[in-house]
Amino acid sequence: MATLTSVRPPAGEAPRRPRKRRRERPGIVGFRRSLRRHWTLYLLMVVPLVWFVVFKYIPMSNAVLAFKSFNVTKGIWGSQWVGWQNFELFFHNPVFWNLVKNTFLLSVYTVAASFPIAIILALALNEIRNGLFKRTVQLVTYAPYFISTVVVVSMTILVLSPRLGIVNEGLGFFGVPAIDFLGNPDYFRHIYVWSDVWQTTGYSAVIYLAALSGIDPALHESARIDGATRLQRIRHVDLPGIMPTAVIILVLAVGNIMAIGFEKAFLLQNPLNLSESEIIATYVYKTGLLNADFSGATAVGLFNSVINLVLLLMVNAVAKRITGNGLWS
Amino acid sequence: MSVQTEVRTVPSKRSERRAARARRIREPRSDRMFLICVYLLLSVFFLVVLLPLLYIVASSFSSPAAVSSGRVLFWPVEFSLRGYHAVFENPQIVQGYVNSLFYTVVGTIVSVTMTVAIAYPLSRRTLVGRNVVMTLILFTMLFTGGLIPTYLVVQSAGLLDTRWALIIPQAIGVWQVIIARTYFRTAIPDELVEAAQLDGCGDLRFLWSVVIPLAKPMIAVVALMYAIMQWNSYFDALIYLKNPDLFPLQLVLRNILILNTTGGGAVEASVVIQRQELADLLKYSLIVVASVPVLLIYPFVARYFTKGILIGAVKG
Repeated sequence: MATLTSVRPPAGEAPRRPRKRRRERPGIVGFRRSLRRHWTLYLLMVVPLVWFVVFKYIPMSNAVLAFKSFNVTKGIWGSQWVGWQNFELFFHNPVFWNLVKNTFLLSVYTVAASFPIAIILALALNEIRNGLFKRTVQLVTYAPYFISTVVVVSMTILVLSPRLGIVNEGLGFFGVPAIDFLGNPDYFRHIYVWSDVWQTTGYSAVIYLAALSGIDPALHESARIDGATRLQRIRHVDLPGIMPTAVIILVLAVGNIMAIGFEKAFLLQNPLNLSESEIIATYVYKTGLLNADFSGATAVGLFNSVINLVLLLMVNAVAKRITGNGLWS
Repeated sequence: MSVQTEVRTVPSKRSERRAARARRIREPRSDRMFLICVYLLLSVFFLVVLLPLLYIVASSFSSPAAVSSGRVLFWPVEFSLRGYHAVFENPQIVQGYVNSLFYTVVGTIVSVTMTVAIAYPLSRRTLVGRNVVMTLILFTMLFTGGLIPTYLVVQSAGLLDTRWALIIPQAIGVWQVIIARTYFRTAIPDELVEAAQLDGCGDLRFLWSVVIPLAKPMIAVVALMYAIMQWNSYFDALIYLKNPDLFPLQLVLRNILILNTTGGGAVEASVVIQRQELADLLKYSLIVVASVPVLLIYPFVARYFTKGILIGAVKG
């Protein structure tokens, strides 16, 4: 998540230092020799590689199910081809636009809220001197990241519950009648996003803090000598300093907008807020695993994956054009 | 500059301090206000995160009646351990706890072994085709088959409704492979490899007696990441398991906390009320019990965790 700059295409490998030895000979001869010399290393890789094939690449090939009508007895490859029929059915389904809208809005709202808040927290922490206060704030804000989704959702439900919840206690104190937050679709997105901000801000801030500590102190020194206030230093030294990191995090976040997770939305769902809380991921689960429409659900999932991949590549290209750094720099 | 005064008095401490004060850059006046705002802002962040946690913990140590009547804020009211008794008397929860421990321990061992087994060879320059393999691995980060195709693979592998369904399909994390490979590359110098080879040390023995001891900190970080992921996950259990005896704690939590399924038929009104009160309290205690293991170890490992996140940022 920090950066994917380590992800580099083959051949773009710059040697870290001049090689003393001749490179391994390329091609089949080199491979034979390497195999003879390091057969144990190749052996080590066999099991994990088989795992990658079975659990990552076979599912990818299984995705052809999206173009077939699944027949249990004949299996995936024996089933009949139906072309784009599953996709057409989905696009003409009355829920289609609602699903896309919910997925998109929930995700965009999450990114828009959590991205700046994490940066603000990091900048504020960076301003104060190392001491007990700073350490305590960091430790406490980081903690929720380690709590499971189930527990965070349960806490959210308890805190907001109309019968016991502390929020409604507070409202009652001011004479406001109890609100059933989770039963009202209008509140769903706010609850989802702000509980997410509560859980992840401290963790995201850590990454920015690391970037901030990498800024050359001389820059701050000279800014101070020139009489810059703290606010000006943040604007002209800190912010440009964390720009590359921020861009990468934003690219990843925006690039994964359609891939918003199943876990939390599913747990926060109830029959009353479905109109806002049903997203593509939860829909795939329900049609596929609960209603056993394997082909239809695969088509929906594939549609989502492809859209998301295209989005990621597009956002990355734009970021590269504007700032000069993206993923795979 | 001038060679007139050769005997210079040693400056006294006080004059030195004064000189230092004169040398120091004067802070602009607005900065003091700004700092106060920063402290205020951080205090707000701190409280917003802490208070909900305090509320849950305080409620979990209160009496059932106090919780149900909403009298608890951030400090236990009518201190009692009834909630915790109820948690540990519930066979479902205890079973879930034991299961989760099993999945976490076994899953972490399997995951770490597989990760090291693939990351170490990929970090060696003498390996032909390592870039092709790495690209294939990285590609799975960008594109996956999706829920149903994966489910069908797990089904045809005969893992459905077995304990292995929670361990094998999620065994390797690409991110962890990147971290491990980067670490092996930067921490194990090529000279060491060559020296070992000259001494006739085989690759496996070198890995076992040199590389792994050197990579202990990284292995600890990766193991921790896997362990926390395993302890906190519920989704795989939800889709692959039907047998309640195999449920991990998180799934039991979901059934009790979110779906409100605490069993038992009702008899009298007073009993119903008591049961309802205890069920309310149980939720708070359950949250504490489920999160304590992770929150206890986390302050000690947070630093390493951060390092692990940032290792991936180093160009490998």
